[in-house]
Amino acid sequence: MNFVIPSFAPAIPEMVLLGLISFILVADTFWSKRYQFATYYATQITLVVVGYLILSSFATTQVITFDGSFVRDSFADILKLFTILVSLGIFVFSREYLLQHKFYSGEFFILGLFGVLGMFVMISAHNMITMFIGLEIMSLAMYAMIALRKDYGQGLEAAMKYFVLGALATGMLLYGFSMIYGATGSITFPEMAKVIASGNVDSVVLSFGVVFVVIGLAFKLGAVPFHMWMPDVYQGSPSAVTLYLGTAPKIAGFAMLYRLLEEALPGLVKDWQSLIIMISILSMVVGSLIAIVQDNLKRMLAYSGIGHVGFMLLGVIAATPEGYSASMFYVIVYALTGVAGFGMIVALSKTGNEFDKISDFAGLNARNPWLALMMLVILFSMAGIPPFIGFWAKIIVIEEVIKAGFTWIAVIGVIMAVISAFYYLKVVKAMYFDKPEDESPIETTSSGSNWAVSFFALALFVLGLVPSSLIDLCYQSLKVM
Amino acid sequence: MLSSYPILSTLVWLPIIGGLLVLFAGRNNDTVAKWLSLAVAVLTFVLSIPLWTNFDTTTAAMQFEEKVEWIPMFNIYYHLAVDGLSMPLVLLTTFTQVLVIASAWDVIKERVEQYMGAFLIMGGIMVGVFVALDSILFYVFWEALLIPMFIVIGKWGGPRRVYATMKFFLYTFFGSVFMLISFIYMYYQSGSFAILDFQAMQLGMTVQILIFIAFLLAFAVKIPMFPVHTWLPDAHVEAPTAGSVVLAAIMLKMGGYGFVRFSLPITPDASMTLDWLVIGLSLIAIVYIGIVAMVQSDMKKLVAYSSISHMGFVTLGMFVLYDILENTGSLQGAQIGMEGAMVQMISHGFISGAMFLAIGVLYDRMHTREISAYSGVVNKMPWFVFFAVLFSMANVGLPGTSGFVGEFMVIISSFKANLWFGTLAALTLVIGAAYTLWMVKRVYFGPITNENVEQLSDLNKREFAIMAILAVAVVALGVFPAPLMEVMHTSVENLLVQATTSKL
Repeated sequence: MNFVIPSFAPAIPEMVLLGLISFILVADTFWSKRYQFATYYATQITLVVVGYLILSSFATTQVITFDGSFVRDSFADILKLFTILVSLGIFVFSREYLLQHKFYSGEFFILGLFGVLGMFVMISAHNMITMFIGLEIMSLAMYAMIALRKDYGQGLEAAMKYFVLGALATGMLLYGFSMIYGATGSITFPEMAKVIASGNVDSVVLSFGVVFVVIGLAFKLGAVPFHMWMPDVYQGSPSAVTLYLGTAPKIAGFAMLYRLLEEALPGLVKDWQSLIIMISILSMVVGSLIAIVQDNLKRMLAYSGIGHVGFMLLGVIAATPEGYSASMFYVIVYALTGVAGFGMIVALSKTGNEFDKISDFAGLNARNPWLALMMLVILFSMAGIPPFIGFWAKIIVIEEVIKAGFTWIAVIGVIMAVISAFYYLKVVKAMYFDKPEDESPIETTSSGSNWAVSFFALALFVLGLVPSSLIDLCYQSLKVM
Repeated sequence: MLSSYPILSTLVWLPIIGGLLVLFAGRNNDTVAKWLSLAVAVLTFVLSIPLWTNFDTTTAAMQFEEKVEWIPMFNIYYHLAVDGLSMPLVLLTTFTQVLVIASAWDVIKERVEQYMGAFLIMGGIMVGVFVALDSILFYVFWEALLIPMFIVIGKWGGPRRVYATMKFFLYTFFGSVFMLISFIYMYYQSGSFAILDFQAMQLGMTVQILIFIAFLLAFAVKIPMFPVHTWLPDAHVEAPTAGSVVLAAIMLKMGGYGFVRFSLPITPDASMTLDWLVIGLSLIAIVYIGIVAMVQSDMKKLVAYSSISHMGFVTLGMFVLYDILENTGSLQGAQIGMEGAMVQMISHGFISGAMFLAIGVLYDRMHTREISAYSGVVNKMPWFVFFAVLFSMANVGLPGTSGFVGEFMVIISSFKANLWFGTLAALTLVIGAAYTLWMVKRVYFGPITNENVEQLSDLNKREFAIMAILAVAVVALGVFPAPLMEVMHTSVENLLVQATTSKL
C-alpha cells in the first residue's frame, strides 16, 4: 500500500489559524492575569495574519487536496476573507460589551476563533465528513459562547435551546448524509455527482437523503419551517454573541448549501428545487410578517434574518452559476449589514441596559445624530432601498429568479420586501420622531465601536454607489469553476 | 463648448453634495446652514439655465448626454440626458428648490441643518429622476427620494405626521416595486436596462398588459390617481410647507413623467387597450375629487384634493390620443392633448407650489389652517391677498394665467375624443371655481370676525420676493406659453409616433 503525502499548501491558512488558536489558548492562562487585553489583540492579529495568508495565495484555480476532502478555490477564498472581515468587526464590538457587562474573558475570543476555524473548514469542505466536522467545530464553539455568561439565566436557556435543536438538525443532516452515501457509495462531492448522473442509484433512498439534507441545511440557516430556535436564541444570548450568531455563520451556511446542492447533488435539481422554493417563500413570508409585531430589536432582526434567508435562497432556486453568485453576493451583503446592525446594539448597550428594545432607540437622533444617521443607513439597506447596497443584493437575486422563469416568486418577494420595509421604518421612526425617555447625549461604549459602526455603515453606502466590484468578484469566483 | 461640460451630473450632484455639506457644516450654526443651502440652490438653478438656452428644439433626440459604465456585469450605465419632455421638469425642479429653501428661512427653528440638507438632497435626486436614461439608475433615484421625504414629513410635520409619513412611504414603495420587476423582466428579454432599448423592443400583448399594469401601479400612486390617492391628503396636511411644495410641485410630476417616458412608448398596445381605465380614473379624479375638495374645512386639504383633481387632467390629456386617432384618423388633436398635459404639469408645479406657500404664510402667523378661523384677511394683508387671489385664479384656470393654457388644451382634445369626456372634463371649470372661490371668499374677504386676524402683518420682504417670482412665472406662462411648447413640440411628436406604433 503506498501512501502519498498530500499537498498541505492549500490548507495553510487553516493550519496557521489552528496553530495560533492553540497557542493563544495556552498563553491566555498566563496573559489573563497580567495583561487584560492580550488575548483580544492576539485574536485580531491572528485574523489579520490569516487574512493576509489567504490574500497572498489567492486561489485562481480549484485545488483539491487531502484525498479529495478539502478544496481551495476563489469562491472559498472570497467567503473566508469576508468571514474574517466580519469577525474582526464582531470582536471589536464584543470587547467593550464584555467589559461593560462584566464577563470579559479570553475564552470568548478563543471560542470565537474556533468558530471561525469551523466556518473555514465548512467553506472548503469537499466531502461530507469534512463538512460535518467543520459544522460541528463551529456549532460547539457557539453553544459554549452562548452559555459563557454564567449568571445570565436567559443566556443559559438560549444555549440549551440552541444545543438541543442544533443537535437535532445535525442528526437530520447526518441521517441525510448516510442515506446519500448508501445510495451513491461515495462521500466526495464530485464523485457523488458523477454516480447520480450515471443513473445507477436507488432513487428512493436518494430522494429521502436529499430531503433530510435540505431539512438539516434549513435548520442551520434558520429557514422556515425550521426557524423556531432563531428568535429565542438571538434574544436570549448576550448581544455580543447574537452579533456573532447572526452574521459570520450565515456565510459558512451558504457555502455549505452551495457545496452540497451544486457540487454534490446537481443531478437532483428537480428534487430539491421545489423544496427550496417552498422554504424560500415561507421564510420570506413568515420573516416579514412576524417581525412586524416584535418590540425587541434583536428578536425583530432575528425574524428579519429569516426573511433574508428566504431572499438569499431565491438565487439558489435558479440553480445556475449566476444564481449562486447572486446568492453569494446576498449573503455577503447580509453579513456586512448584520454586523453593522447588531454591532450598533452592542455598541450602545451599557451596564444595566442591553439597548435591544426598539423603544431604547427612541430619539436617538436628538441624542446622537451621527449614530442615528448610521442606523438609518443600516436599516434602509436591510429594507433594500436604494442607494444602499442591500438594494443591489435584492435586485440581483430577483433578477436570477425571473431569469429562471419564476416571475411569480419574484412578485411574492417584492411584496414581502414592502411589508418588511414597515418594521425597519418603525425603528427609523423611533429614532427620528419619538421623544426619548432620557434626553442626555449618548455615546458608544468605546471609540473603537464608534469607528467600527461608522465603517460598516458607510461601507453599505459606498458599496451601494459602486456595487460593481463586489458583484464582479462574486460572479467571477463561480464562473471560473 | 458647453456640451463638453457634464451639466446634468452637476445638477444632480451639486445639491446632493451641498446637502451633505450643510448637514455637517451647519451643525449648531443655523446661519451657515441657511446661507450655504441658499447658495447651493441658487447656483444649481443658475447652472440649469443653459439647459434651456442651449437646447436644440428641432430634434427629439436626447441632449446633453453623459454615459459611463456603472455595473458592467448587468449592462447598467450611469446614463443621463434630457429631451423636450424632461428638460422643462428639470428646470421646474431647480427653480422650485430655491423657493423652497427660501420659504423655510425663519420658519424652521429646530435642526435647521437637517431640514435644509434634506431638501437639497431631494432636489438633486429629483433632477436625477428626470434625467436618468438607465432604468435602474432611474429606479435608484426614484426610491432614494422617499428617504429624505420620509424624514421631513415625520420630523417637522403636524400632529399625525408619523401616520402620514408611514403611509406615504409604504404606498409609494409598494407602487414602485412592481415597476422594478418589469424592468428586470425586460432586461432579461433584451439584455439591457436602457430605457431607450426598452422603448425599441418588441413585446407580446399579454406581457405588455402585465407591464402596463405594473407601471400603472407605480405611476398612479405617485401622481396620484383615484383610488390610490389617499396618501396624498394625509401627507400634505401633515407635511411642513416646504414639504408640501416639493410634493405637489415636483414629486407628483414624477408620476406623469413616468407615463410619457415608460407606459406610452414601451407598452403602446396595452396603453391602447387599457386607455379606458386611465381615462375613467382621470375623469373620476377630475369630477369626484373636485367635489370632495369642496367640502374640506382645512385649506391645505382643499388644495391637496384640488391637486389630485388637476393631475387628472394630466393623465386624461395623455391617454385620449387613441380615441382621437380612432375618431379623426389623425394625431393632430392628440398633440394638443399631450402638450396640454405637459404644460399642465409645469403650470401646476408653479400654482400648487404657490398655493401651499400662501397657506404656509398664513399658518406661520396664525398656526391654523381651518378656513373658519379666517375672515377678512385682506384688511390686514393686502399684498398677500393680492398674490393669493392671483394664484387662486390661476388654480381655477382663468385665461391669462398658466392654469388656463394646459386645461384648455386638454379639454379641447378630449372633446375631439368623445363628447362626454370633454363635458366631464370641462365640469372642472365649474367645480374648481366653486371650491377655490368659496375658499377665497371665506378666508380673504368679508369682515374681520376673529381678533387674531386683527394682529396679522403683511408679507415681509423675503415672502414678497418668493410670491412675486411665482406670480411672474404664473402670468408669463399664461400669457406667452409658446417658448415652453416649442421646447416640447418635437419630443411630443416623437412620443405620439412611439405611442401609436404597434409592438406586436
